[in-house]
Amino acid sequence: MVPAMTELRDVWVYLSASPLLHLTLTLAIFVSASRLYRALSMNPLLNPVLLSVIGIVLLLQLTDTSYDAYFEGAQFVHFLLGPATVALAIPLYRQFEQVKKNAAATLISLLCGAVTSALSAVLIAWVLGANTLSIISLAPKSVTAPVAMGISEQLGGLPSLTAVIVILTGIIGAMLGPLILNALKITDSSARGLAMGTASHGIGTARALQINEVAGAFSGLAMGLNAVATAILLPLFWKLFF
Amino acid sequence: MLEYMTLILACQLIGEVTVSAAQLPFPGPVAGMVLLFLFLFIRGHVPDELTQVSSALLNNLSLMFVPAGVGVMVHFKLLGIDVIPLSVALIVSTALTIAITALVMVYLKRRFPQGNANGASND
Repeated sequence: MVPAMTELRDVWVYLSASPLLHLTLTLAIFVSASRLYRALSMNPLLNPVLLSVIGIVLLLQLTDTSYDAYFEGAQFVHFLLGPATVALAIPLYRQFEQVKKNAAATLISLLCGAVTSALSAVLIAWVLGANTLSIISLAPKSVTAPVAMGISEQLGGLPSLTAVIVILTGIIGAMLGPLILNALKITDSSARGLAMGTASHGIGTARALQINEVAGAFSGLAMGLNAVATAILLPLFWKLFF
Repeated sequence: MLEYMTLILACQLIGEVTVSAAQLPFPGPVAGMVLLFLFLFIRGHVPDELTQVSSALLNNLSLMFVPAGVGVMVHFKLLGIDVIPLSVALIVSTALTIAITALVMVYLKRRFPQGNANGASND
């Protein structure tokens, strides 16, 4: 009995030091979460990203594992975000006729969305009494994480808080987006994709790609354009008002 | 297939280097997306094997946000005393942004129909 326990502990020590365990854990939990999501008729509140994150955080806390130790394994999945973003060029190229045809409408809608995102977030947080540092960190919430953190730093915010806010915005957009768009009876795929990508960057785009390729193309485009628009406009507006 | 994985990585690499050298206001992979788009534009079509590689990546895009998401939960306490105002602002503002962007787009497409005579704005 005792030798078996020691052996088991040795195996645990070996596995927890190797990236394999946490890489496998990430995939296994995500696969299970996706199955659950599909089994329960894709209830948006059971978003697989959110479920997986909650499941993994609970496991890490139960086993007293640090995030750094977890990331040793998870980094291989995380790394693929870069190549996947590059690959968004393919749906964009395939749907380029649609994009070209609606270029002006796309740009105007995107700008409306970018302004709404920063302005409404800042106003709501201000009215509810958030402190200035939180409000600044919140402003670039709809922009993809690396750019948002840069903007936050430039305005005097807290980049790490911005990173948390950006990911939460992504998950909220992916969960609520389809519900809101259905409630508003918006069936146009380009409008659906554009809205998801403008409001909730890559996580919204991942969700939009599940709708169809048109939505995915417009969402990926919106993510890229919103990064540029917010990075240029937000610091300008900020200087104007504060 | 390996050729196109290499192409995607090369686009990202050139994108990252360009962005950091020229201090552009967007991430390296977005610059890489523009490069790959230009490649496709010049090539005139999407090679089958590139479709395979990109589908494998894009079909699993959600998964790739999980490690960063776990990091968020670990740093959740950064929201600190402002957890309520920030949560309300995030939910309401994100919902509003989605609604406004989509409504403006639908309005503009209807108001100024482009392309074929029957004003096809549906997909």
